[in-house]
Amino acid sequence: MSRPRRTNFRPKNTHILKKSRISKKLQVPKKPRERKNPESQRSLSGAQDPFPGPAPVPVDVVQKFCRIDKSKKLPRCRSKTRNRLKVAETEEEETSVTAARSELLLAEEPGFLEGEDGEDTAKILQADIVEAVDIASAAKHFDLNLRQFGPYRVNYSRTGRHLAFGGRRGHVAALDWVTKKLMCEINVMEAVRDIRFLHSEALLAVAQNRWLYIYDNQGIELHCIRRCDRVTRLEFLPFHFLLATASETGFLTYLDVSVGKIVAALNARAGRLDVMTQNPYNAVIHLGHSNGTVSLWSPAVKEPLVKILCHRGGVRAVAVDSTGTYMATSGLDHQLKIFDLRGTYQPLRARTLPQGAGHLAFSQRGLLAAGMGDVVNIWAGHGKASLPSLEQPYLTHRLSGPVHGLQFCPFEDVLGLGHSGGITSMLVPGSAEPNFDGLESNPYRSRKQRQEWEVKALLEKVPAELICLDPRALAEVDVISLEQKKKERIERLGYDPEAKTPFQPKPKQKGRSSTASLVKRKRKVMDKEHRDKVRQSLEQQQQQQEQQQQQQHKQEKAKPMRARPSALDRFVR
Amino acid sequence: MTASRAAKSVLALSQQEELVDLPEDCPLNVSEDEEDSDGERKHQKLLETISSLDGKNRHKVAERSEASLKVSEFNVSAEGSGEKLVLADLLEPVKTSSSLSLATVKKQLNRVKSKKTVELPLHKEEIERARTPLEQEVFNLLHKNKQPVTDPLLTPMEKASLKAMSLEEAKMRRAELQRARALQSYYEARARREKKIKSKRYHKIVKKEKAKRALKAFEQLRKVNPAAALEELKKIEKARMMERMSLKHQNSGKWAKSKAIMAKYDLEARQAMQEQLAKNKELTQKLQVASESEEEERGAEETEELLVPDVVNEVQMNPDGPNPWMLRSCTRDIKEAEAHEDPEELPDPVAHEVSESEGDERPVAEEEILLKEVEERRSLRRRSELSQDAEPVGSQETKDSSSQEVLSELRALSQKFKKNHQSRKPKASSVSTGHQVQREEPALEEEEPLLLQRSKRVQTVEELEELEKEECSQNQEFLRPGLKGQQLERNPNNLPNAPKEKKKKEQMIDLQNLLSTKSPSVKSLAVPTTLEEMDDEEERDQKQMIKEAFAGDDVIRDFLKEKRESMEASKPKDVDLTLPGWGEWGGMGLKPSTKKRRRFLIKAPEGPPRKDKNLPNVIINEKRNIHAAAHQVQVLPYPFTHHSQFERTIQTPIGSTWNTQRAFQKLTTPKVVTKPGHIIKPIKPEDVGYRSSSRSDLSVMQRNPKRLSASHKKQLKKNSVD
Repeated sequence: MSRPRRTNFRPKNTHILKKSRISKKLQVPKKPRERKNPESQRSLSGAQDPFPGPAPVPVDVVQKFCRIDKSKKLPRCRSKTRNRLKVAETEEEETSVTAARSELLLAEEPGFLEGEDGEDTAKILQADIVEAVDIASAAKHFDLNLRQFGPYRVNYSRTGRHLAFGGRRGHVAALDWVTKKLMCEINVMEAVRDIRFLHSEALLAVAQNRWLYIYDNQGIELHCIRRCDRVTRLEFLPFHFLLATASETGFLTYLDVSVGKIVAALNARAGRLDVMTQNPYNAVIHLGHSNGTVSLWSPAVKEPLVKILCHRGGVRAVAVDSTGTYMATSGLDHQLKIFDLRGTYQPLRARTLPQGAGHLAFSQRGLLAAGMGDVVNIWAGHGKASLPSLEQPYLTHRLSGPVHGLQFCPFEDVLGLGHSGGITSMLVPGSAEPNFDGLESNPYRSRKQRQEWEVKALLEKVPAELICLDPRALAEVDVISLEQKKKERIERLGYDPEAKTPFQPKPKQKGRSSTASLVKRKRKVMDKEHRDKVRQSLEQQQQQQEQQQQQQHKQEKAKPMRARPSALDRFVR
Repeated sequence: MTASRAAKSVLALSQQEELVDLPEDCPLNVSEDEEDSDGERKHQKLLETISSLDGKNRHKVAERSEASLKVSEFNVSAEGSGEKLVLADLLEPVKTSSSLSLATVKKQLNRVKSKKTVELPLHKEEIERARTPLEQEVFNLLHKNKQPVTDPLLTPMEKASLKAMSLEEAKMRRAELQRARALQSYYEARARREKKIKSKRYHKIVKKEKAKRALKAFEQLRKVNPAAALEELKKIEKARMMERMSLKHQNSGKWAKSKAIMAKYDLEARQAMQEQLAKNKELTQKLQVASESEEEERGAEETEELLVPDVVNEVQMNPDGPNPWMLRSCTRDIKEAEAHEDPEELPDPVAHEVSESEGDERPVAEEEILLKEVEERRSLRRRSELSQDAEPVGSQETKDSSSQEVLSELRALSQKFKKNHQSRKPKASSVSTGHQVQREEPALEEEEPLLLQRSKRVQTVEELEELEKEECSQNQEFLRPGLKGQQLERNPNNLPNAPKEKKKKEQMIDLQNLLSTKSPSVKSLAVPTTLEEMDDEEERDQKQMIKEAFAGDDVIRDFLKEKRESMEASKPKDVDLTLPGWGEWGGMGLKPSTKKRRRFLIKAPEGPPRKDKNLPNVIINEKRNIHAAAHQVQVLPYPFTHHSQFERTIQTPIGSTWNTQRAFQKLTTPKVVTKPGHIIKPIKPEDVGYRSSSRSDLSVMQRNPKRLSASHKKQLKKNSVD
């Protein structure tokens, strides 16, 4: 029996710092400033600074924060425009460098689990991990034996500090799971389908047999929302303050929690909805249907944004990773697939599981957990937010009953599991983000801090209609209405004010402004323009040809080598 | 069903009552013309006389059966005389007649005198003289009763009674009679009027109302007086029987015949005919009364077929949980396997039960039937749901049922059902695992609390899981990943959508391959507990077959269809401006020439290629998000000429969420910073660019010394030199 080499858990010290969320585009790093004048740097003692100037910043970190897409070619622009562009670029560079510098403050490193040479980490039991880690971390592994009130659904608050769980037979409870302090515990005397924290741990939405209820952290019923009936699944979109509910009647309803209004009620036209998840990157809701499709929804559009055929049988579970890049689905055909969500929607990995996964969840760092009956498997990729490889499970764990709900705890290396035997909190080293943003979701915040944050979050609430597949598209110009306006303007004025004026030769002296020479000069300019055009089109043609050739090459490579071309090949179409 | 039938029979009953009523009305009709001055009736009479004027059907000698109230000289009646009264007769002067008559009258008188008077057929003496014994008898009778023989006015009894009554009483009585008669005539008139209404809809409504009323009355009666209700029910039954016997609604009537002729051409007529036939069927449906002999027959059948109807019945009785037998029959596989067995078996138990209950006690039966109906319907719905969700379960079971073993298993199952009604889990396991060792359920699961409300879907999934755990364990055991992948690959090719595949080849990615990717099964260390049981070799084969059946292609086909539809919907439509008949012949069956159509067809511009053109498993909505577009920039600001240029300048976020605090402050600093308390002078022309004196430069410098252009600096230098 082997022991885990190292199980690293985040200690409790808290660094409060700003951390950027989106990171994709690249940029040049800032070079360390050159030494201007060595004499001026010399101190009184005559000693020289061995590392003059600001410390160098690693290139890849800076690139992470650059957002201007330079792959697009710009049309020719005037000098004034060029200046503006230059200013924008320098600004971006500066901000990304400062952001990269502040990475230094992210002191915590994610934990990990490594087997001895050739040893399978999946064989490591929870007991072994608990033995190896410090006491504080070991306390995070616990089991709640709640056999009486049926399988449980679990939900962690956004800070990861609080845990709410609802048993199917009416048991609803919320607790500060780190200190194990119970906030409230009630029995609603009705079946509980799902439970979810709203923006803070003070409010709790519970999907009960008939209606949707909202309780506060004392267990007092605040609202009974009758417009959301027979809800099966709940999702909360934290930046939009929207509570999305999927109902048995096939409706997806968005409830604005801040004003208590229903923003949109969309009919999915696909029967009972009981598979739902949200994409944390763009707040799009993913619904799984019984015909093997997954549909993506936004409250602004009445139809699904995208429909993906994922499985031959019905879809049983869907999960989207924190960067919104991958979607994991499992279906009745016992397949577990990981799809790319960046425009292609193609499966990247697929795996047949012995018994199909009923529940899926992604962790903050991209670990994928799947509940299959009474066993939980966790797969990991290499590095943060990378595609989990489904070859070998990273960890496995057996429970006392079949899994009914699972969620990774944010900012803690813990996986919460609700099953028919109660709740299990399982240690999964390296699952969570080690550093948190103290202004955004601070696990250690006080009540006052929470209130302050609440006000700020409400002020920064994103309107529901801004939810779309690509949130960065909002920073683009609406080309269609732009063109429309241009056209209208031309119509209104009677001419195109931005049209290029035809070349008019300048008048010249000493007889060089004769009609013939004027015509000649005009012709010259026209010819030049024409030549330019021809050259451009030729270049384009060449490029296309090259591309085609490359493709052909690839296809030929892909084809298996034939022994000899047959005479009958000419008849092959 | 039965309720509607009851309503029907009630309707029939009411109709019959009408029929019964009619003959009763008839005598009243005869004594119709009375002294009461019913204007309508008079009008009716007038119409009748007018119609009789044409001479074709000159009929009716209206007889006055009663003394008229007013007998006056002004009210001359020609009735009863047989010949018409002519006006001229009345106008003829008396004188002429008298002048003439004296002679003639004399003549007549003489003739009368000379002739021997014709004796009345029954003279008084002759009457009294009874000749035959029969006549004697009659006379005896008449005398005994003191009937007036000669003067048929009033019997002595009547006379006595008249005498006994006072005048007022008699008057009152007469008035009463008159009133009754008047009322009756009103009623008749009304009935006749209503009968004459031709609107079928009206009659339908009336009929329905009547039926409803009858039903309600029946309900009430049942509550108040069950015995009477029973009688009523019998009446209803009788009405139904009458209906059955009659030839009504059998396409043999005049109307029906005419409709039958029309039916060939007229859709409505056809429908009407069919409706009538359906009605006939409904009305004449024989209620199945399960006679003993029938039951015996059925029993014999059962024994012959070696199927287990006992199980069926028991399961049916089982309150919770749908009948697995019925469930199985719903799956499509059963049609191939046992098409000849189940359809016979299915309806029987229900009908049987119904008939039983009817036979036992009538009044309660109604309710029971209703209840049963509701239950049946519910179970049906549940069954359909189940069959949707848990197709594999069904197919699994059918496959099993082909073998004889399963029958015995089913028997065992039924016994088990008797024992514990509530748990449905063991059913699945016992059916699937067959002679496996049965896992003991945890004690907690046995006692099912009230609160537990499991949704059906979950249950089916659980069942499914349990079913397929084994299957996968086998796969894991016997199939190496590569081998399995091959099988999966081969699978779609075998299935009958080869042509579609060919078509799909044009697309870059094949949908079939995409869905049936080679996905090696996981070799997980911890296999779910239920997997530990191992099955036989043959069962593995069976399950493989199930898997193949389960991997249906309809999902793919449906999806492709949906995609095609959405593509069609998003395509821009062509505009056809052809005017048929313009410049050429037009009319029915003539189409404008293709040349013309081509000429006037405005083709819509080809839109940009769809984003999901090369992605067969994806439908991307091409609709523009208007709500989000409202928040986007719609006008390019000044120095930019192309939107991509402007987009580049707004791609970096400037909020504090995305930047460090310092960067955020720097990005959001205003261009001009003034200290608090600083006096801001109003703008002058020099500030804008009009250069009138060198002092303007100084003012600029004061405002923002960092942002000085080179020319300004030069001028500043000059100034300082000066």
